[in-house]
Amino acid sequence: MTGLGAADLLGLFGHFLMLSLLAVGGAITTTPEMHRYLVIEHAWMTDTQFTASVAIAQAAPGPNVLFVAVMGWNVAGAMGALATMAGILIPSTALSLWATRWGASRRETRGVRAFTTGMTPLTIGLLLATGWVLAGPAAGRVGAMALVAATVVVSMRTRISPMWAVGAGALVGALGWA
Amino acid sequence: MPSPATACPGPRSLTDLFFTFNRMALQGFGGVLAIAQRELVERKGWMTREQFVETLAVSQVLPGPNIVNLSLMVGDRHFGLRGAFTALAGMIVVPLVIVLVLAALHAEFAHHPTVAGALRGMGAVAAGLVIATGLKLLGTLRKNPLGVPLGAAFAALMFAGIALLHWPLVWALLGLGAVACALAWSRLAHGRGTRP
Repeated sequence: MTGLGAADLLGLFGHFLMLSLLAVGGAITTTPEMHRYLVIEHAWMTDTQFTASVAIAQAAPGPNVLFVAVMGWNVAGAMGALATMAGILIPSTALSLWATRWGASRRETRGVRAFTTGMTPLTIGLLLATGWVLAGPAAGRVGAMALVAATVVVSMRTRISPMWAVGAGALVGALGWA
Repeated sequence: MPSPATACPGPRSLTDLFFTFNRMALQGFGGVLAIAQRELVERKGWMTREQFVETLAVSQVLPGPNIVNLSLMVGDRHFGLRGAFTALAGMIVVPLVIVLVLAALHAEFAHHPTVAGALRGMGAVAAGLVIATGLKLLGTLRKNPLGVPLGAAFAALMFAGIALLHWPLVWALLGLGAVACALAWSRLAHGRGTRP
């Protein structure tokens, strides 16, 4: 959490502006790209910090998109959080309001159907890639890998609230088993 | 705009709108969508189940966080722009403060083994939740005009490109997306697509 220069902050803001428009299927699907940008390209945070940012947001109530603010915070404090949150929200908000008014009545036209159905498999692939990136720090740790697998099985098979899974994960981890 | 919400009573005021979305957000651990359905449809009765599903579908097609898009649309429908921003504020302001306090505390305690362990455990669960969501959604490919084999191939290609090869997202989405949408377009034309 070192002071990022104005140019870096602007770059961060700009990158999240772009991510906003790419976040078809939710902000979480842009996590691999955030990882590439923040951890691999700029080394502004470590792998563990990156996953912890997502975990902190999961532990708190509210929309999942708040993990974006935590990442900004971990990179550059309050200004970083402002840069990433404003970036991720402004373009999609503007587009969303415009599109709502343009009329959802066109949803059944061939062009819109081709767009939504064409993008669906990519969104799914992206979700799986996101899980893969988030599971990165678990690699090589037997307990953590078992936790990932158990979560997948439990949420596929039951309708248990994710809140309990997150709580169980925290407990298992706090006991030193992850 | 989908079907107008005239049949359902809307929020009484902007304050009502703000606090309804605020309450929804504060109940949403690990995501708000399930809570949103319960609050907006069952408790408040602001929309029918069908209106909710319609709105959700549109919010998922649009880029940006789904629940944020949903908040904007519901707010906009009742009070225009003021409503949209009131609902959005209700959804994110208080949770944002909470999460930043947690983040600040975390920086302080990050090296405590119990805290680090708890977060590692939560991180593993977060990863599992996202993977499970992706796996569940694979089932929707059966209704996709691309068909299961082609759809699964695009999903696998996207996964490999992003997770293993670290392609920049924008090029992967624009490149693969253009091909996938063009294929969907041509298949819809030949009437081979299954309509929901």
